[in-house]
Amino acid sequence: MSAVTEVLQQVVEGIGSGAVYASLALALVLIHRFTGIVNFAQGELAMISTYVAWQLVSSGMSFWLALPVTLAVSFVGGMLVERIVIRPVRNSPELTTVIVTVGLFIFVNAMAGLIWSFTVKDFPQPFPDGGIDLAGVRVDWSTLGIIVVVAVVMGLLYLLFQHTSAGLVMRAAACNPASARLSGIRVGRVLMLGWGLAATVGAVSGVLVAPVLFLEPNMMGGVLIYAFAAATLGGFDSPVGAVVGGVVVGVAETLAGAYVGVIGADLKVGVPLVIILAVLLVRPQGLFGRAAVERA
Amino acid sequence: MRTILTTLGTGRARSLRAALTALLAAAVAVGAPFYFAPFQVFQLTMVLLYAVALAGLNLLVGFGGQISLGHGAFFAAGAYTAAVMLDRYDSAHLATLPVAAAGCFLLGLGFGVPALRLRGLYLALVTLSFAVFLPPLLKRLEPVTGGSMGLTVDKLQPPAWSGLAEDQWMYLVVLAVTAVALLLARNLLRSRVGRALLALRDDESAAEVMGVRLSLHKTLAFAWSAMFAGVAGCLYTWVIGFVSPDSFSFVLSITLLAGLVVGGLASLYGPLLGAAFVMYVPSVAQDVSDAAPGVVFGLLIIAVMFVAPTGLAGLAGRARDAATRRLTRTAPAAGRTPEPAPTTAPAADPAPADAEPVGAPPRTEKE
Repeated sequence: MSAVTEVLQQVVEGIGSGAVYASLALALVLIHRFTGIVNFAQGELAMISTYVAWQLVSSGMSFWLALPVTLAVSFVGGMLVERIVIRPVRNSPELTTVIVTVGLFIFVNAMAGLIWSFTVKDFPQPFPDGGIDLAGVRVDWSTLGIIVVVAVVMGLLYLLFQHTSAGLVMRAAACNPASARLSGIRVGRVLMLGWGLAATVGAVSGVLVAPVLFLEPNMMGGVLIYAFAAATLGGFDSPVGAVVGGVVVGVAETLAGAYVGVIGADLKVGVPLVIILAVLLVRPQGLFGRAAVERA
Repeated sequence: MRTILTTLGTGRARSLRAALTALLAAAVAVGAPFYFAPFQVFQLTMVLLYAVALAGLNLLVGFGGQISLGHGAFFAAGAYTAAVMLDRYDSAHLATLPVAAAGCFLLGLGFGVPALRLRGLYLALVTLSFAVFLPPLLKRLEPVTGGSMGLTVDKLQPPAWSGLAEDQWMYLVVLAVTAVALLLARNLLRSRVGRALLALRDDESAAEVMGVRLSLHKTLAFAWSAMFAGVAGCLYTWVIGFVSPDSFSFVLSITLLAGLVVGGLASLYGPLLGAAFVMYVPSVAQDVSDAAPGVVFGLLIIAVMFVAPTGLAGLAGRARDAATRRLTRTAPAAGRTPEPAPTTAPAADPAPADAEPVGAPPRTEKE
């Protein structure tokens, strides 16, 4: 295998993991657009959705039937979280909301451990083994499957936001809650919808990554850091940025792990830290984000 | 009712009462190791050293209004500084404390500079990813840190003249360091620096207009806070005699924040209560299930933010306020004498800002 194909091989694998980061980052960005907060519990919500999927599959349901059921459960779960946990602190300072999401993180993580125990579980691989060969670069069906699923989710979200009246209402509520309320939009409900959507998108990332990482309550901790890096790189208010950021972070992580000797496999988690720091110091609003102008 | 409260809270009666309380607390604290069993003394020692870390975190989060999800990392840095010095250079235990403190102060200063540009959320992101990154880094630096096996070092030994058992001596030394650290935190907050921090927390722009140097104070807050965490980490090494990367996972950072929030943000006693919480709740709840401490922590954090933003430390004050309000409301109107008391009583003691919780809704609505 020549050096070029080897690099390409790494890039393909990076895009595969990047797609997962992108989908969790998209969930973060959705919530940030709607409520202006960063949800530290996003990864844990995705993790618990994955447990729901695992429970369904292990009770005999086929994966492709369990997936829509899981997504529906996640949607309702996300709406409930917004209504019960987030709404009461909506007008509080940032510090309070961050602490509440951290509390939610600890709680959800421990609940998963309480219900399903901390032992590692095998999650079924929904895609067939093997792959295709593109000019010497091997693309596994699983990698391709992840990319396709994430792309479909992005496409559906785009259609929802840009081409339906519900999407218009949601964009209005995110853009200017006060005016939206005056025009008769029930902003509270829209926020619930936003959290529901985010939980659904996050659940997709959890289900996709579970066969690789194996299912356990702390599974999404690492993924969350990469998703943060992706969202920061793309800009916390840009869905397109989240996707691009996710792919870039995934590729950077894989290449750094493979070719930078100092980093290796064990220090790869330093890559998102460096990316977050670099972006915040050089271009705090991210690649696609708009700089916040604040009137004090 | 209010007349009684204000007369009690004035002048010599007040300072006398404060002195007596302090004396009593000191007597109880010093006497404790001679009364309890060694294991309980060890637990109390851990409570004290967590209190130092929480006091530092409180400077940053409670009084500075910045969020750190990575204080476990500074704690780890302090612990490893002490352990490496003891292991490689056979330093005296006491010599490791200033080095750990200074090292973590500098590390905090280094993190404080990017923290300037990072508002709330982003600072939390950066500190969290630092806390996640540190354990693998410690494992990688094996020649110095002993890798994933960690380092085993000598615990603090009592000098022969004292005639004390190991646990009693460790407790007393940690108690002394904790007392100094808590006093330092208290005095820091009552100084110019503390007032500047409070002003920045409540309104950055207004504080800057008044001449508070934003960048200097924000960076320093981070550095001080990291220093306290480092001192706590150093004490940890003295007491446990063993450090390993897995003792300092990001769960530690999150637990510290949780303890502080439950104990009481922006309160002087909050760190002590929070430290007791961090120490005892897991050990009690662990008997139920491995996951139980997390469930309790998570629920309590959310509940505290909803109903009691001042945490456990603020509960007494809030209860008293509520009782006073009810009493004054139900008392017959003739029994009340109109008086200008409210202007003097609260202003007398601005630093322990229990009355001004961080979690309270902002007074100005941002649009």
